[in-house]
Amino acid sequence: MHSALFYFFAAVMIIGGISVVALRNPVASAMAMVASFVGLAALFVGLNAYFVGIIQILVYAGAIMVLFIFIIMLLDLKAEANLKLKALPAIGGLFIVIIFTIQLVGVLSKTPDKKLAPLDFAAIAAAPGFAEAHPAGSAINRAVTASEPSLPDVHFIGHTLFNGYNLPLQIVGVLLLVATVGVVALSRRQAE
Amino acid sequence: MQATLNDFLFVSGLLFAIGLAGVVLRRNIIIVFMCLELMLSAANLTLVAFSRFNGSNGLPDYNGQVLVFFIITVAAAEVAVGLAIIVALYRARQTLHTNELNSLRG
Repeated sequence: MHSALFYFFAAVMIIGGISVVALRNPVASAMAMVASFVGLAALFVGLNAYFVGIIQILVYAGAIMVLFIFIIMLLDLKAEANLKLKALPAIGGLFIVIIFTIQLVGVLSKTPDKKLAPLDFAAIAAAPGFAEAHPAGSAINRAVTASEPSLPDVHFIGHTLFNGYNLPLQIVGVLLLVATVGVVALSRRQAE
Repeated sequence: MQATLNDFLFVSGLLFAIGLAGVVLRRNIIIVFMCLELMLSAANLTLVAFSRFNGSNGLPDYNGQVLVFFIITVAAAEVAVGLAIIVALYRARQTLHTNELNSLRG
């Protein structure tokens, strides 16, 4: 991803994240979180992960943050008047975070760095097993071998998901059902 | 000059650290929950970065992106159930301040 765009969206993401932690008003924190997620989705798109980027906006920013804002309005949260942080736990918490960041920088300086290899559509089409896995009429084959090739991101993810991860997919379906039933059960007013 | 893998990993680790700071420092349960989601998103960014940079035959490694798909799904289910718990807690205790939720304190 071109560096200027990377720095801009990374800055949006990080500043949004800091605003979530630092702002007093919960609704303002939720808005800052949406901005952070939009920056994150832009970074995903820059990494050629188009499907994951759109899903991030649809699910996280569109559904999860809306749910948060519903709950904040339902519970009628006011802005916290004054945040009296007890000194010792606050220092301890910040200490943990600073240690984590130092470890992160230490690990990253030791591991080998990798440059972004551009998408090579000729190499994709010439890969062993590509012709059997994606025959000539399929969407993947048509997109990759076209005169102006594009990355059929959704098709590749669908191929991987439904061929190699079929059982986890069914289990996640059951998980969503259980979560829905659980939410309804938890939200009932307890009969006195 | 393009962004390298370590750039993405550093930004993702920074976002994780910010989420961690929020979980430790904030006293409002809803904000703590939001910072938890920040941490999950930082892990997603790491996964997608590795998926793109460690591809083979010119293609990204899609196993990483499939795992991100599952993580987003499970995070959505977790947020739904967690917020239902928080609403039930508010109905029982009338407070969302973690300092005042001390019935298990010895």
